[in-house]
Amino acid sequence: MARVIAYSDALAEATMMAMERDPSVFVMGVGVDDPGGIFGSTRAPYLRFGDARVFDTPISECALTGVAVGAAMSGMRPMMVHARNDFLLLTLDQLANHGAKWSYMAGGRLKAPVVVRAVIGRGWGQAAQHSQSLQAVVAHFPGLQVIMPATPYDAKGMLLSALTGDWPVVCIEHRWSFGQTGEVPEEFYTVPIGEAHVARPGRDVTVVAISQMVGESLKAASLLAAQGVEAEVIDLRSIRPWDVEAVCASVQRTGRLVIADTGWVTFGVGAEISARVSERLLHELRAPVRRVGLPAVPTPCAPVLERAYYPGADDVARAVLEVMRGASTGEGLDSAAESRLHKPFHGPF
Amino acid sequence: MTTTTPHDFELYRRLVLVRRVEEWIIDQYAEQNAYFARKEEPPLSIRCPTHLSIGQEAAAVGVCAALGAGDAVYSTHRCHAHYLARGGSVDRMIAELCGKVTGCSKGKGGSMHLIDVDAGMYGASAVVGGSIPLAVGAALAASMQGRPGVGVAFFGDGAVEQGIFHESMNLASLRRLPVIFVCENNFYATLSHVSTRQPLGIAQRAASYGMPGVCVEGVDVRDVLRAASEAVARARAGDGPTLLEVKAYRWMSHVGTEFDTGKMLRSAGELDGWRERCAVAHMRRALEADGVAASRLDGVDDEVRAVIAEGIAFARASAEPVADDLFNDLAGEAPTWRG
Repeated sequence: MARVIAYSDALAEATMMAMERDPSVFVMGVGVDDPGGIFGSTRAPYLRFGDARVFDTPISECALTGVAVGAAMSGMRPMMVHARNDFLLLTLDQLANHGAKWSYMAGGRLKAPVVVRAVIGRGWGQAAQHSQSLQAVVAHFPGLQVIMPATPYDAKGMLLSALTGDWPVVCIEHRWSFGQTGEVPEEFYTVPIGEAHVARPGRDVTVVAISQMVGESLKAASLLAAQGVEAEVIDLRSIRPWDVEAVCASVQRTGRLVIADTGWVTFGVGAEISARVSERLLHELRAPVRRVGLPAVPTPCAPVLERAYYPGADDVARAVLEVMRGASTGEGLDSAAESRLHKPFHGPF
Repeated sequence: MTTTTPHDFELYRRLVLVRRVEEWIIDQYAEQNAYFARKEEPPLSIRCPTHLSIGQEAAAVGVCAALGAGDAVYSTHRCHAHYLARGGSVDRMIAELCGKVTGCSKGKGGSMHLIDVDAGMYGASAVVGGSIPLAVGAALAASMQGRPGVGVAFFGDGAVEQGIFHESMNLASLRRLPVIFVCENNFYATLSHVSTRQPLGIAQRAASYGMPGVCVEGVDVRDVLRAASEAVARARAGDGPTLLEVKAYRWMSHVGTEFDTGKMLRSAGELDGWRERCAVAHMRRALEADGVAASRLDGVDDEVRAVIAEGIAFARASAEPVADDLFNDLAGEAPTWRG
């Protein structure tokens, strides 16, 4: 039987494997060497390789991103780690104005293989500046690749793809994924950037899910199966480039599309997917596309407000039932399904 | 009394090259604008905004003369002088300005993003202060790779007002990285004088970061070379970064090929004062005083003119990119640009 490890250990293993294979790989970021080690993902690399290759930095996220880009253009493979997505906004000048564009502006005469990891926080009152999910922001820029592994297997394989590729990659991870366990081969392998994965096949409706919403969508799919609706859950895995072919092939079969994102719906990744699918398959869609994601307000703190803010399996299931209307599936979730949702989370973060 | 050396002659040659290439840009713009005014297509035309460094040449030439092959230079929107002083190809620069596929970045960068990696010119950012951390990254890479390479960040006085300048200085000093922070203080951010933007001198800022702050006049290129050589020696010895401020007055407008004395507070008198202290003329006088024959100095001009003529011919003979090149010629395995 294959080995089962946690998502955080899969990230750590990928990092160490890349560092062993390639002496130019190094890790930097605020707190990467501390006992927490970015939720366990950088501590083991620090203990194995020491502070020559895994080092703490001043709290200068923007300059450090530029330093990473500059080091990459001189032959290194830096990985920069942020404990929160929110800090990515401090780095946008170097990430978007420089790292994303330098190779292009240079006519391909230089490359900048930088990997930037950033964690999405959620729950226990982390509020507006420790919880953002900024994939739509970074995915807007040509030249950046954006990945969001949802499983330990993909965490290792996609991070290894990023650390062995030629272009800047932003890897966005959900804090709630870190404790999740799954089968992860011990050997080196890569999961290609740009390929989606069918997490659960189904014939009635396509649910394209991102990061932590993959688990919620799978939960929704099993609830729906009990009501006779077979949802196909696609784990998008890569945000830029995203797997247009896989998504369109699925929608072509099901005729229905729901997108479940961890970010804001407005101007979000779901808007891009919805638009692209509509451009190609408008006449094959049997219902309007539905998007599940965050409402258009900053993240609140109080538990009641948080519960109202975050979407879950129930929202995905309801969206699926909405696009199924007209088929003989009833109007809503049955009460048994409702009672199996809403598991409480007790932090700390 | 200063004695010039053969090296000084080479410095002079570089100063003349930078000056004449930029003077060609002025002439070329005048010529192509005359064509455009007649609604005619010129045989060759510059297709991007240009930020001239006329008056500032000594900073670029002096610093680059202190560098070796393994050193990485990063520059700004005003990058012609750095590119040329570093030994970047004149042919490819002119082709780039003119939007040709043979340009130094294949028509994807233009005047503000000149690059010649083989010559140690790693490119330029058009965001003020933006390339400073890239040079720090080059220095970090060199130190991690155990190479003697130095990272050089050229930037203007305006960049000192950006947070990224301070973040980069802090990190470079903390890790004693081999970086030369070269601030070309040309006194103006577009039309605003530095005294209306900053409360104290630029070289003084170095003290906050525990590194030497050196200020030299960009009139005698040898002064710049001397200061830069000390900074490079410090960096190579593992003693960390230096902030080198070169007072290098910009004669022309921020962008374009005009003078701007009519538009702003600076007076024609102020400009004239600096023009009398022209770095190119200064070096020529120094060489003449040392007995270098005028004919030999004139020969430099002839040689440089020939180099520029070759560059123009190269650009004229070069093709423009094709539309599909929008997606082509990128490093390694490129991401899906279309999706």
